Amino acid sequence: MAEIRNYTINFGPQHPAAHGVLRLVLELAGEVVERADPHIGLLHRGTEKLAETRTWVQSVPYMDRLDYVSMMCNEHAYCMAIERLLGVEVPERGQYIRVMFDEITRILNHLLNIGTHALDIGAMTMVLYTFREREDLMDAYEAVSGARMHAAYYRPGGVYRDLPDRMPQYEVSKWKNAETVRQLNENRQGSLLDFLEDFTNRFPKYCDDYETLLTDNRIWKQRTVGIGVVTPEQAKAWGFTGAMLRGSGVAWDLRKKQPYEVYDRLDFDIPVGKEGDCYDRYLVRMEEMRQSNRIIKQCIEWLRKNPGPVICANHKVAPPSRESMKANMEELIHHFKLFSEGMHVPAGEVYAAVEHPKGEFGVYAVSDGANKPYRLKLRAPGFAHLSAMDVMAKGHLIADVVAIIGTMDVVFGEIDR
Amino acid sequence: MTTKIERLSVLLSEHFGERAKSIVVDRGEVTIEVAADDCHAVAIELRDRPEFGFDQLIDVSGVDYSTWGNREWTRERYAASTHLLSIVNNWRLRLRAFAPDDGFPVLDSLCDVWPSANWFEREAFDLFGIMFSGHPDLRRILTDYGFVGHPFRKDFPVSGYVEMRYDPEQGRVVYQPVTIEPRENTPRVVREASYGDVGHG
Repeated sequence: MAEIRNYTINFGPQHPAAHGVLRLVLELAGEVVERADPHIGLLHRGTEKLAETRTWVQSVPYMDRLDYVSMMCNEHAYCMAIERLLGVEVPERGQYIRVMFDEITRILNHLLNIGTHALDIGAMTMVLYTFREREDLMDAYEAVSGARMHAAYYRPGGVYRDLPDRMPQYEVSKWKNAETVRQLNENRQGSLLDFLEDFTNRFPKYCDDYETLLTDNRIWKQRTVGIGVVTPEQAKAWGFTGAMLRGSGVAWDLRKKQPYEVYDRLDFDIPVGKEGDCYDRYLVRMEEMRQSNRIIKQCIEWLRKNPGPVICANHKVAPPSRESMKANMEELIHHFKLFSEGMHVPAGEVYAAVEHPKGEFGVYAVSDGANKPYRLKLRAPGFAHLSAMDVMAKGHLIADVVAIIGTMDVVFGEIDR
Repeated sequence: MTTKIERLSVLLSEHFGERAKSIVVDRGEVTIEVAADDCHAVAIELRDRPEFGFDQLIDVSGVDYSTWGNREWTRERYAASTHLLSIVNNWRLRLRAFAPDDGFPVLDSLCDVWPSANWFEREAFDLFGIMFSGHPDLRRILTDYGFVGHPFRKDFPVSGYVEMRYDPEQGRVVYQPVTIEPRENTPRVVREASYGDVGHG
């Protein structure tokens, strides 16, 4: 009889189910995983070091490129850290806009996660539907910031500008005839808020559709139920946050427990899992999308009624308006100083955390009073989740590793930074 | 909220007394600084004593203080700031320890207290060269295989020392000294404390 030996394989870094550039060294006994050793850093760009060489405001676009599927939430944590260091307040309307876009981002992220997770473990159709809805939300991103993904919309002190009154329209082209364009533009006739309201009315129906595709799907359940089970104690010990923690039954959400911006004024629920397996985490994410939809609705309602400033009026922190800059010498100087030397942030250190779609995204900012950060540490939720890969994958079949990577919702922009 | 933070700082100073080198409450956050030797024991108490209840280690961040305020830094250079979170008590704490020796900075690993410290400490080792004694697997994590140096130290240039390219003659990827000049578009300036005072709007 031949001797049976353990087998070591490389999973990735070029693997469609590795969600980017994960090199996972797997030690297998037959098909069973004995040890999983993730090698990360293939996308390391040194964001934190780069931020030390740029003024505070110049690093905002870098934040988009961390977790590149939930861009605005990263910016949010970074701007919050600066605001806490400076001690400035964001105007109420700015806070509502931030919350609304945080929740849009959450839906964007979960749509991508659920779609690709299903794709990874054998349900091709999901991703086609989820990307259809992502398109609408990215149009909302584009309408406010001009960029579909890397928005740089949140700024220290508020958001860059107020919501637009009209949505960009599709135009007739070689590929789209007049009738198609009319249909595509149908819900884009009003303002951004009208467009989003239309989306929030449509979205619960879409969620129902996803659920008919997955929730009771036999194959989906076979691939996720009882896979990657994490007990609440393990989840805490391994530094899990977000859906990974809630999937294990720990009711912990920063939006409720340490509310920031206006979350304490909004009405929403926190879904919690029971078993701590991949299926429960899927259900948690699904319900989170419905709750985000509720939050967006409330924000739209408030934003319609309450016009006002969206960025703080302190021109040592936020730039003056274009009109006043062109008419007023002092504002011109403010603008020039702000975009050349940058603002000076008082010495000190803060840790600002937001409930990012993936978990707790934190920014530890240390300032020595200069115009640049002294040290910026980005706490990526995926980093802690992936570090538990070994414990979660041990004893599972190699095919389940794919399910576990999917449920962790890893994105290498934030893990490698 | 403020009262809760104050309560935590009082609890900390009562319990740790001499062992806490400083307890600072600033901008709604508590920072406790301990000696490198005490760090591990303090961590265990922070986790196990129900009045603290820090059941999660959220983050470990290395900091290199050598160019603080564009001035000479007179004390130990490297520190590790550990962020803790208590889900039970819903509060946070920053635990800081300076590594005594600048030439060979060593701190105690907290891996056996909170397993999540594992990768965070590997990262601090990789980027700052802080050693964590008792760490089960202190390998580099973010930088390339075979990388030399610790890139987040303040004396490490942003553009690094080596760059990588494909050499068609040798038919493989080679390393060579960097060919780009380091540049600084905006100089780093530290002004007097009241400069650009936010309060002056």
